[in-house]
Amino acid sequence: MTLTQAEKAAVVTIWAKVATQAEAIGAESLERLFFSYPSTKTYFPHFDLSQGSAHLRSHGSKVLNAIGEAVKYVDDIRGALAKLSELHAYILRVDPVNFKLLSHCILCTVASRYPNDFTPEVHAAWDKFLSNVSSVLTEKYR
Amino acid sequence: MVHWTAEEKQLITSIWAKVNVEECGAEALARLLIVYPWTQRFFDNFGNLSSPTAIIGNPKVRAHGKKVLTSFGEAIKNLDNIKATYSKLSELHCEKLHVDPENFRLLGDILIIVLSAHLTKDFGPACQATWQKLVGVVAHALAYKYH
Repeated sequence: MTLTQAEKAAVVTIWAKVATQAEAIGAESLERLFFSYPSTKTYFPHFDLSQGSAHLRSHGSKVLNAIGEAVKYVDDIRGALAKLSELHAYILRVDPVNFKLLSHCILCTVASRYPNDFTPEVHAAWDKFLSNVSSVLTEKYR
Repeated sequence: MVHWTAEEKQLITSIWAKVNVEECGAEALARLLIVYPWTQRFFDNFGNLSSPTAIIGNPKVRAHGKKVLTSFGEAIKNLDNIKATYSKLSELHCEKLHVDPENFRLLGDILIIVLSAHLTKDFGPACQATWQKLVGVVAHALAYKYH
């Protein structure tokens, strides 16, 4: 599902704001994920998942920064995330169903922090964009 | 029967007290139709759904959104008996409306996003978790009588 020019613009505009709080937004998204979908914690037995933990903040940062790369190279997400795609396929092997769950939690976090910017059009563009990112990350699974 | 802790019940009712059912219902349905355009398939007789602006301003969308969220309120009034509460509605959605239950899950998640945007700091991770459980239970109840 390719993004239209307007959708790409919407993604980039919101990203500019999100990037300023990447660590906090990443950590909160993960917190929401682990609270709402406890099965996702099975991928992090080695983490301290308590609120505000260093693990959550550093991993949240990592996830959001990767999304930032996808935003920067929105016309070639596959190229931008090629290494991450291999990592998820061969090493991490996170079940594909979980990408939708994390995407949803990222949207909740962004909506709650930028309610006025999170218009229906922006919501649709981000849902589509994160769906594309998820597809790229799972496309080498088999 | 679903088990709700006292804390979960409290989170549900306290959040629901802050919800403007007409506004949130209209917004949730509009966003469903905008973010997942294929859901428009159920609303051929709603008139103009040609753009986000048209959808948001469409009076039938607003009215139906309010109806749907008002019905959601029934589940909240009957947390210990949601399946029974939605028994007839479930049959209706299967036999007359022919709605794929996946759509209930989509709408539930959209509602959560709308609540996040409206309630911001009041709708944190613990709150969301309880409401995810609620929308899941509602979706399950609505699909329960499908055959």
